[in-house]
Amino acid sequence: MHAVVSIKQVPDTAEVRIDPRTNTMIRSGVPSIVNPDDVRAIEEAIRLKERFGGKVTVLTMGPSQATAALREAVSLGADEAVLCADRGFAGADTLATSYVIWKAMLGIMRREPVDILLCGRQALDGDTGQVPPGVATRLGWPQLTSVLKVDEVNFDDRYVVVERLVEGGREIVRSRLPAVITCTREINIPRYATFTNMVRAARFQPTIWDKAALDIADDDPNIGLRGSPTIVSKVWAPQPRQRGDATRVDGSDPERAARELARILVDLAGGGRDGASEAAAVPVTAHPEPVEGERAPGSTGSP
Amino acid sequence: MTAPTEAPAEAALDFSDHKGIWVYVQHRSGEAAPVSWQLLGVGRQMAQEIGAPVSAVVIGSDVHHLADEAIAYGADTVYLVDDPALASYRTQPYAHAVAELIAKYKPEIVLYGSTIHGRDVAGAVATLVKTGLAADATQLSVDPEQGNLLHASRPDFGGKLMSTILCKRHRPQMATCRPGVFSMPARDETYRGEVIEEPLGLTEDDIPTRVLEFIPETRHVDLSNAEVIVSGGRGLGGPKAFDMLFDLADAIGGVVGASRAAVMAGWIPYQHQVGQTGQTVRPRIYIACGISGAIQHLVGMQDSDVIVAINTDPDAQILKTADYAVVGDMFKIVPALTAELRKLQPASGNGQTRG
Repeated sequence: MHAVVSIKQVPDTAEVRIDPRTNTMIRSGVPSIVNPDDVRAIEEAIRLKERFGGKVTVLTMGPSQATAALREAVSLGADEAVLCADRGFAGADTLATSYVIWKAMLGIMRREPVDILLCGRQALDGDTGQVPPGVATRLGWPQLTSVLKVDEVNFDDRYVVVERLVEGGREIVRSRLPAVITCTREINIPRYATFTNMVRAARFQPTIWDKAALDIADDDPNIGLRGSPTIVSKVWAPQPRQRGDATRVDGSDPERAARELARILVDLAGGGRDGASEAAAVPVTAHPEPVEGERAPGSTGSP
Repeated sequence: MTAPTEAPAEAALDFSDHKGIWVYVQHRSGEAAPVSWQLLGVGRQMAQEIGAPVSAVVIGSDVHHLADEAIAYGADTVYLVDDPALASYRTQPYAHAVAELIAKYKPEIVLYGSTIHGRDVAGAVATLVKTGLAADATQLSVDPEQGNLLHASRPDFGGKLMSTILCKRHRPQMATCRPGVFSMPARDETYRGEVIEEPLGLTEDDIPTRVLEFIPETRHVDLSNAEVIVSGGRGLGGPKAFDMLFDLADAIGGVVGASRAAVMAGWIPYQHQVGQTGQTVRPRIYIACGISGAIQHLVGMQDSDVIVAINTDPDAQILKTADYAVVGDMFKIVPALTAELRKLQPASGNGQTRG
């Protein structure tokens, strides 16, 4: 069994701050992490290896700093790692990225066959989820996105049965192998690195492939900025709509606050949404601490 | 199967042979997702601005009625591929059908819902036809001065930034678009339109996947149609605390939502996520518990009629966006509120809020 996991190193968006003056990301001090959905993909691949034997190769495109992400994958149990790094890849959108990952898959498969490609459902920074379908389409492999659970894998008869998240529920799909699977957060709980693997990861050197190694010509129109149909023309920080001053409810006495809130909610719920806004009278006078003038919040139709 | 072709020569920038705005009609077993019609609405507005037709793309089995529905929702033309092999949504045949239609009829813009289904098919189509795909747009406009350039704006970096995506050198310009953001157009059965039907050109043997079963979600999360949403955030501290929110939601007849932070922490599944990177919601009542009010959350729920926020931090941003701001300990207030509502409601004579 040979599983490849395609991963992405992303800035931890929980730590990202926006400079309000320039509307740009303050990158300094923001830690880079392996995209959380991709960690699930790594875990799923390791589980396949434990059940069926074989190996796990982890793959990414990025600058040399992305080696850290590959090392983390090794610390979790990946056997080999490939970094696609070339200045020509810079500025790639999802289409150009899927081209390079596809080329890397072809490179890996020139050495040995691949049974399955696992990816995260989407990346924390862009949330697009477009690269796995791009790679699957280029490979001509079936894509199974938003997978919640791998029910059955048979590498001898070359098929897999998975549960996918779909609108309104789940569906069970049987697919030919090789296939591309994208993992949701629910698919597993990733393990911690073992000490042995951490030691191995600390000195691990990934295989680095540049354009030439990936059989990509210098003037290939499919890579980097040139190969990216989309551009970002404008970036701004969204502004929340300003409401008037809130009516404060004193929460220091939870029982009293609960009674107050319950009354407000029951009154609000009493009016229908359509044409009954008058009935959704907010008890303006009943507030214990009205702040700066009285306003019937949200009930734009109220007198 | 359609093989991906390589990138087109970029010298040719005459797109005059590409015309019209298309909307991909997403459905399950012939029942359309509302986002399909929402996009027909915004698609029609944009089409009028550039003097072009708006069309619907309907792919499925026994789905002629969806073509009629699409016309009633404003489509001038419906491109229909109807084949038994299309009974369940599967990436390969659906993406193949859409890509073939695009190659033959050359639209200028194609819109999809940014649902699991829409993202799945659009990602494959974009690669087949080699064009740009903006993900998860929440604002759309088209500029006739710039060759009908589509401006698709979307949340980025977990919603902390908005960015506008352009696709200048390729046609069609494509975007997946957020459900619930664009309003539903009026349905008018007197509208007339043309239905153009094309064969699939694939057989079952060409398709590498089989859908064995569909299992409906038992604890259904329908945030976009909910009247009341009780949402929890990082302040809950763990998955267990969501139980009290489910209790409150039950008492008030609402559903449970969550902030991105709570979902990222793995406390509650993604389907509950409210905000620019989850669901955009506009319920009558939104109750935010232990949510600080990150911008991406606020932008996704600020159109709620009434916002109630409970937070221990008097400086929390969410309290500034709220209509009712409660500074206090939600671990005490929420259970007390649930009990109070259960006591009050039979007496209120208002059964409709009871879940």
